Amino acid sequence: MSTDESQNLVTLSIDGREIKAKGGELLIEAAEKSGVFIPRFCYHNRLPQVGVCRMCLVEVKGPRGFSLQPSCYLPVSEGMEVITQSEKVKKAQDGVLEFLLINHPLDCPTCDKGGECPLQDQTLTYGPGESRFAEEKRHWEKPIAISELVFLDRERCIQCDRCTRFADVVAGDALIEFIGRGDHTEVNVFPDRPFSSYFSGNTVQICPVGALTAAPYRFKARPWDLSQVESSCMACSMGCRIMVQSSQNGLTRYLGLDSDSVNHGWLCDKGRFGFEAINSADRVTSPMIRKGDSFVETSWASALSLIGSKIVDAKASGDPSRIGIMLGSRLTNEDIYAWVKLAKGVIGTDSVDSQLGDGLRGEVIAALPRATVNEAVSAKAVLAFTGDIKEEIPVLFLRLREAIRNGRTKLVTVGTRSSSLDKLSEVSARVTPDQARLLAMEVTKDSSKFPEISAVLSKQGVGADGEGLVVLLGRENLAWDQSIVEAFALELSRSLPKAKFLITLRGSNFSGAVDLGGVPRLLPGRSSLETATPVLRQKWANLPAQGGRGAKEMFNAALRGELDLLFLVGSDPRQDYLDSELANSALDNVGFVVSVDTYLSRSSSSADLVLPAAAFAEKAGTTTNLEGRVFTVNQKVTSPGLCRPDWTIASEIALELEEDLGFGSAEDILDEIAEVSPLHWGLSWHRLTKSAALDGVVVPITATALSIRPRAMLDQISTPGIASVWNQGLPSSKTSYFDDGTIEEPGSASQPPAQASVASVEPIWPVAPVQPLGTMRLGYSRKLYGQGEHLMNSPHLSKLIVEAKCRISSKTAKELGAEMGDSLRVADKAGGESLFELEIDDSVGDGIVELIRGSFSNPGFSPVRSDEAVNYVKVERA
Amino acid sequence: MSTKIVTARVDIPNSHTLSVYLEQGGYQSLRKALLEMTPEAVQEEVTVSGMLGRGGAGFETGRKWSMLKQDLVRYLVVNGDESEPSTFKDHLLVENDPHQLVEGTLITAYAIGASRAFIYLRGEFALGLERVQSAINEAYAYGAIGRNIFGSGFSVDVVLQPGAGAYICGEETALIESLEGKRGFPRIKPPYFPAVIGLYGAPTIVNNVETMSNVPWIVKNGGRAFAAMGKGRSTGTRLFALSGDVMRPGNYELEMTSKTFRELIYDPDFGGGLKEGRSVKAVIPGGVSAPWIGPDNLDLPLGQDEVAQAGSMLGSGSIIVLDDHSCAVRAAWRITKFFNRESCGQCTPCREGSGWIEKIMHRIELGSGTESDLDLVLDACDNIAPGLTWPPQQTTICVLGPSIPSSVVSAIKMFRDEFMVHIKEEGCPFVH
Ligand SMILES: Cc1cc2nc3c(=O)[nH]c(=O)nc-3n(C[C@H](O)[C@H](O)[C@H](O)COP(=O)(O)O)c2cc1C
Ligand code: SF4
Ligand code: SF4
Ligand code: SF4
Ligand code: FES
Repeated sequence: MSTDESQNLVTLSIDGREIKAKGGELLIEAAEKSGVFIPRFCYHNRLPQVGVCRMCLVEVKGPRGFSLQPSCYLPVSEGMEVITQSEKVKKAQDGVLEFLLINHPLDCPTCDKGGECPLQDQTLTYGPGESRFAEEKRHWEKPIAISELVFLDRERCIQCDRCTRFADVVAGDALIEFIGRGDHTEVNVFPDRPFSSYFSGNTVQICPVGALTAAPYRFKARPWDLSQVESSCMACSMGCRIMVQSSQNGLTRYLGLDSDSVNHGWLCDKGRFGFEAINSADRVTSPMIRKGDSFVETSWASALSLIGSKIVDAKASGDPSRIGIMLGSRLTNEDIYAWVKLAKGVIGTDSVDSQLGDGLRGEVIAALPRATVNEAVSAKAVLAFTGDIKEEIPVLFLRLREAIRNGRTKLVTVGTRSSSLDKLSEVSARVTPDQARLLAMEVTKDSSKFPEISAVLSKQGVGADGEGLVVLLGRENLAWDQSIVEAFALELSRSLPKAKFLITLRGSNFSGAVDLGGVPRLLPGRSSLETATPVLRQKWANLPAQGGRGAKEMFNAALRGELDLLFLVGSDPRQDYLDSELANSALDNVGFVVSVDTYLSRSSSSADLVLPAAAFAEKAGTTTNLEGRVFTVNQKVTSPGLCRPDWTIASEIALELEEDLGFGSAEDILDEIAEVSPLHWGLSWHRLTKSAALDGVVVPITATALSIRPRAMLDQISTPGIASVWNQGLPSSKTSYFDDGTIEEPGSASQPPAQASVASVEPIWPVAPVQPLGTMRLGYSRKLYGQGEHLMNSPHLSKLIVEAKCRISSKTAKELGAEMGDSLRVADKAGGESLFELEIDDSVGDGIVELIRGSFSNPGFSPVRSDEAVNYVKVERA
Repeated sequence: MSTKIVTARVDIPNSHTLSVYLEQGGYQSLRKALLEMTPEAVQEEVTVSGMLGRGGAGFETGRKWSMLKQDLVRYLVVNGDESEPSTFKDHLLVENDPHQLVEGTLITAYAIGASRAFIYLRGEFALGLERVQSAINEAYAYGAIGRNIFGSGFSVDVVLQPGAGAYICGEETALIESLEGKRGFPRIKPPYFPAVIGLYGAPTIVNNVETMSNVPWIVKNGGRAFAAMGKGRSTGTRLFALSGDVMRPGNYELEMTSKTFRELIYDPDFGGGLKEGRSVKAVIPGGVSAPWIGPDNLDLPLGQDEVAQAGSMLGSGSIIVLDDHSCAVRAAWRITKFFNRESCGQCTPCREGSGWIEKIMHRIELGSGTESDLDLVLDACDNIAPGLTWPPQQTTICVLGPSIPSSVVSAIKMFRDEFMVHIKEEGCPFVH
């Protein structure tokens, strides 16, 4: 304990026993840590307290003797005297429970919360036994749908203010509120305004009764039918910690785990409800080979031997780079490692990419000093040049919002378009590529052309060398080529060497891919082909002689007839590659396409061979989040049909080539990663599952001893539904979740790898084309719910996929003579066109047209061209 | 004839206008305070006056002001939400002497160093809102509000805010939430004592309309003159809102402790007695939150401590008389119903308890109660106000909670027989 902490300790007495607690800590928390659990409903460790349910009343001594005080609202202080076990306290608890129950319906047998309900549980433990209420209960229509995802049963509501507080304070979507007074107080939405928050599922998670239920889980299971395993969401790069629950081999629910460093217990709805897609009946469950226009099922053996011979044929040409591999965001670190080893260690091709024109070069990511999320949310200042975080990495948005709201950091945003971050920003500056360059070079200089930004940074105490600044770097506008963003970052990092970067790309395991060589020119541990370590050279016999191709170059090669064999491993370029025109024509021109997929996506349905892959929760492994934090993902259900984990497929293919990748389990792979990659030294399965499971481990492990935290104390009432499954669920769910894992482990003895320096990567500013006459600038961005196999296969989420609209400002609309709801024709550079309904939106800059990626799929229309630095489109009334 | 302070002008025609107010010596106290007195000196006079707050809690005004945290930004909020059944004293003052209120507000703002004052008036006071707003406008034009008032260098703005239609918005912290544009949920004390963390987080003094209306007189005549009226802690006058079964209900300003309940009720100048042949059954002495007193207490003087010693409170100064033709059960039920409607709904005991108790009381009144219901009701009350003591303890955030039991417990204690008649005869024996 540091002196700082010990100085801040106070001594108080609880039930006559002296305890020490941090001054200012809430009494309910201090008591719990000392082993005294005080019952509660409205208290929640991640919400500001309101003290309304009155369940936590205890006697506290004041100037006029002992009186009942809400322990969730009272900070401890020196000499405080507290009684939690007295007749008076007991009577107050009885009273509150009896009051809560008088109007509470007798729904338990049919209520989803039954068996994991804090009201049920605390009534049993603290309640009066029977009710003396003989009157008619209050009635409401039940339940009502307050959004596509959430149902509200007001009869069951105990007005604890958790959902309303969450929506307002945490999510910033104050769409549900208390209405009415007295015992007719209800929670409800405003007329004609559904609870359409990206975070609505959290309210269901924290509701202490069955008042809020989620459409995908309603009536699906009982707590005692469930089993669970800890895992990490892979729907975006945040990697929120989750509890995966299932019943009878079907996934039923994800609940957010409270990790201090990551998600604070929250999830976004896309992550939370995405499990439905895994249960989908439309999964690919058998290898399939193309016969003319359709597929026929085939066996693994013949599929693999066909692949073997295709590889041999392609290699016979003498140029292994005629074989390419594109890796998708479904992949675990182990999957990535196995496929990269197959490509770069066995076949000898470096043409491996995990980005589809929407990312950033691996070398650039590897060269920029990396910030953690915790560093970002406590930085002196944050500069965001990124896509809309609320749309792309929603829980990171919550973390940032919370930090800014509580004054822990300040934000400035830079970009071409407005985003959800603007509301949180001190300054939001609109820039052109030229201005972005100026900004990068002189942001902290007195002569800066951006005095408002410089003023915020200097007021916040950011050093002239960038000390204290964290940059959120992503693809702010997908209509700008990635080279602009890369050059910006490199330039900025050169002028501000102490600034750190948090790469805010969305793809789930983009970071693992960069760290493990899933991009051209890099090898595991971020080393280059030239700097491969001796262990790696020994394990990877056939390293490529020269750098290979990224996605764009692979497609261009295909157009030239130079790509014989392409593996799409969880990758769907026809849907996801930015320049869909290029992707479509290139894929039509590849010799042989093998798709390893979970669904028949646009790309796999036109592949030559499709292999069925195990989905999330059907395999074990690890994933790396955007800050380089590694955590486990675990298997909860078995795959349908003949699906296999992606890494085993790579191993099998190697065997066809008479090579042994050398591992038989995900754990083996992790061990090999830790052996060959200096970045991952010190990592082990044991460490990830036992001691640091909740928060994962940031690589490289720099400390001499890994900081090991005891597993978070789990307040069963903060997130009902986890402890209950553990206590009464199926035997298989009795994991070590509640272990107090304070195992001492040595840290990494080896030196962490030297950081690749920004000096070694040149910023190359592309030449932005002059805007052609009669065109508009294009703003191209994502919304949370865009088209994509996963969402389209989730019955509930698929209803939320954004409509194809184009947005322009009212001024620009006037110039076009167009009005809200009109149909506009948008034409790309090559003349491909598409019709969009017009939405007038003055947050869009004048002269810009905004399109949402993934809201339309029109093969002939590709507004973004991979060979343009900045994209312009023609817009006219249809 | 006793001195009138706050109602001295209310009967003069057009008493609400600036011209009449000025004719009557209006805004002289403000001039005196601003030009001749330091803020401390004004505070001192109010402290010396011993004036207790007139809003219900009866806290010494001078002491409250002295507890204001001395942050740079401080606010004054005037509480004119007056929404309790039977309380209608502020109603009279805002309609008939709005300038007196404004002047008191301005002097107080000066004394406590507030840069802005808010007058929160019950939303249903249509005429009151109109008159206070025009008084504010007139005072701006006259130079009594705004920049550099009367050349004193002191500046303040006064903002009128109509209430949001809820009784709970009269509770000072709920009022502050409501002023901030939020739902009127009371805040938890500690830490939200307005004098420390009030409006927009700044230290704030909340005072009642009548309290403010006394301030010009105190500045003009001195705190000592005020303290000379009344007895003990009960100094000055109070405006009693008398209602219920009396011949002449209305507002009566009386020197404190100068009259007894009996005199107020029976004096032909005041209540004028009851209907022929009737007698007092009970008196609710300080608004519907107060426990009842019986006929045996009619000779109590109308003073703060005197009523407190009898186990009740003078509260907001509204006095309801129940005669022997009225039903105690029904009266207690109606009052509970009011509290149930007006509970803000935050705290479990108040929200649910008020509804439950109301339902049982209603059932008893309608004739389907049982004897055990009485114990049940008392126990439910005990779960809101543990021990059923006076002054009460509470399991709730604000004192609306423990106000619920007052009438119910009084009625059961004082008129248990009457409850038994309802139960045995399966109905109410009174004619309504
Ligand atoms: C439920 C409730 C309602 C109240 N309503 C009023 C009111 O309408 N007017 C008022 O002046 N005080 C009301 N009060 C008292 C205020 O909280 C506060 O004590 C008072 O405004 C302080 O002013 P004073 O010190 O001048 O009396 C109410 C209190 C409670 C608990
Ligand atoms: S719906 Fe649930 S979370 Fe919301 S107030 Fe009611 S009980 Fe609390
Ligand atoms: S923010 Fe990302 S990781 Fe977290 S729940 Fe949502 S999709 Fe999953
Ligand atoms: S006691 Fe009643 S009115 Fe007061 S805060 Fe609680 S619920 Fe609201
Ligand atoms: S009042 Fe403390 S938990 Fe609700």
